[in-house]
Amino acid sequence: MDTTAGYREREHTADWELEIWAPDLPELFAQAARGMLALSGARLEPEPRRERLLELEAPDAESLLVAFLSELLYLAETKNLGFDDFEISIHSYRLRGRIYGAALTWLSKEIKAVTYHNLSIRKTSRGLEARVVFDV
Amino acid sequence: MINLQDLIKISDYEWEIPRSFRQDMRVPVRIFATRKLIEAVMDDRSLEQAVNSATLPGLVGHVLVMPDMHQGYGFPIGGVAATRYPEGVISPGGIGYDINCGVRLLASQIEYEEAREHIAALATALNHNCPSGVGTKGHVRLNDSELNQICRQGSRWALKQGFASEADVRRTEEGGVLEGADPDAVSKRAKERGRAQIGTLGAGNHFIEVDVVEQIFDAQAAQAMGLFEGHLVLQIHCGSRGFGHQICTDYVNEFQGAVRRYGIQLPDRELVCAPLNSPEGKNYLAAMRCAANYAFANRQVLAHYARKAFEEALAGKVQNWHLHQVYDIAHNMGKIETHVIDGERMKVCVHRKGATRAFGPGYEGLPEEYRSIGQPVLVPGSMGTASWVLVGTEGSMQRSFGSTCHGAGRVMSRSKAKKTVWGEDLRSELEASGIHVRAGSMAGLAEEAPQAYKDVDDVIDAVSGAGIARKVARLVPVAVIKG
Repeated sequence: MDTTAGYREREHTADWELEIWAPDLPELFAQAARGMLALSGARLEPEPRRERLLELEAPDAESLLVAFLSELLYLAETKNLGFDDFEISIHSYRLRGRIYGAALTWLSKEIKAVTYHNLSIRKTSRGLEARVVFDV
Repeated sequence: MINLQDLIKISDYEWEIPRSFRQDMRVPVRIFATRKLIEAVMDDRSLEQAVNSATLPGLVGHVLVMPDMHQGYGFPIGGVAATRYPEGVISPGGIGYDINCGVRLLASQIEYEEAREHIAALATALNHNCPSGVGTKGHVRLNDSELNQICRQGSRWALKQGFASEADVRRTEEGGVLEGADPDAVSKRAKERGRAQIGTLGAGNHFIEVDVVEQIFDAQAAQAMGLFEGHLVLQIHCGSRGFGHQICTDYVNEFQGAVRRYGIQLPDRELVCAPLNSPEGKNYLAAMRCAANYAFANRQVLAHYARKAFEEALAGKVQNWHLHQVYDIAHNMGKIETHVIDGERMKVCVHRKGATRAFGPGYEGLPEEYRSIGQPVLVPGSMGTASWVLVGTEGSMQRSFGSTCHGAGRVMSRSKAKKTVWGEDLRSELEASGIHVRAGSMAGLAEEAPQAYKDVDDVIDAVSGAGIARKVARLVPVAVIKG
């Protein structure tokens, strides 16, 4: 297990809670996206790989994380695309970069939304940490 | 952290967390539950979330918690809160992402024994006709104009398209259409998501279930609804799909700024809200009503295809395969209603999140045939156990803003359920007990295992003991269709 960056599912009675940690904000966002993809039981086509340019802006880091994950849910539902690789930069709550993935062949769970419930990105001894609750 | 000692016992079925419990509470929290049901959720954050909800500006009376409560996000599931109209607030998170998630019950003259050997075929026909699962598209594709019509007309749109009868529409909460919906308040993204999903069930805890009426508790009410012991009925549980999810996502995001503009302090960002008379509040209400109407139409289209499945599987094999609508109710909704609170008659916005409207006898808005018995309340239990039909009472009008419970209520996390229960084993157990299962995902099935929920009968005893609903009929399943 990678100790510098990762994600794990936490117990939540009705919904899903994901704990994520990383040394910096772009990696934290990437871990959250990978965790969300894993929770939904997604399987991707091996080929062809697809890429998209992404630009998002928000008033704070937490809102930017919600916007980023909500964007990926939207792309999964409307374009049938899942993303597992990220080259993004974040400056002044502005996210820019490329995201890489492929067509979804299977999703076992439906994630309705990314919530703000108790969401805060905190500095800890292992870098940055956050918990995200998904409505499922 | 809240302990049992913090709760004041009013009766065996009613408890209170007083305003003095936390400085930022604007009203007390009233819990309708037995000690056993409260103890079942002491390890999760339901009660803390109820206390957080009690900080919203403009609240009146109490924040209420139903016995099927469990931890959610922002509000607890099973939470009811009323804010004074129009100066109080509306909170999208207090209604939920699945706006107008609800239940529809259709009843039949089919005796279970008469149809027993055809139930497997019926389950297959329902699974084939009613699209379910993640990312599934429906039989109907909508253009922008049609989607706008659904937003404004709800079940009335379905009636014009031949998916509904007049009786179906009449026997739907609010006649299947909330006035004041405005498609211009809905984002392009929500519309894009909504276009392909009308008439789809989705996944998660949504289902279609064929049940047998096992026992009648109120013969007069059951007769008015056309429910008879031993007959088959059908439940449909789903909501507004990606359309509603996107609308709630859009407004929870937008309201992050609104709370700053209106100087509202909250303990949790998911509780964001705006005054009902503010431009933000009015827009959300108009958009939420579009999603509510979409969900009414969605369940109506599913009911149409469920009827088709009954015809395919049972026509010529049973005397009368037709299904008539008993009622359709919402359990995630914000409604402007008039209630008497502390002796004062006032207009309020009732937020029901995982709680069902339960109007008592004589109240406006009930169809003529139910005026004397009270509004039918549909409470699905956990998969493989029982479901209940109740009616609203004068007690629910006086003490719970005309609301009651909505289900069994989870007690076990999804991750633990997956580790404890194998989907394939569960399906075998259900099949062995005579319940036919059609499920898209075995992991999804495991997450909804009955062990993950409270005993629905305990929940029903609590609302009936508290006097905020009355028992009419208990239903037991014979076929379950899940995405």
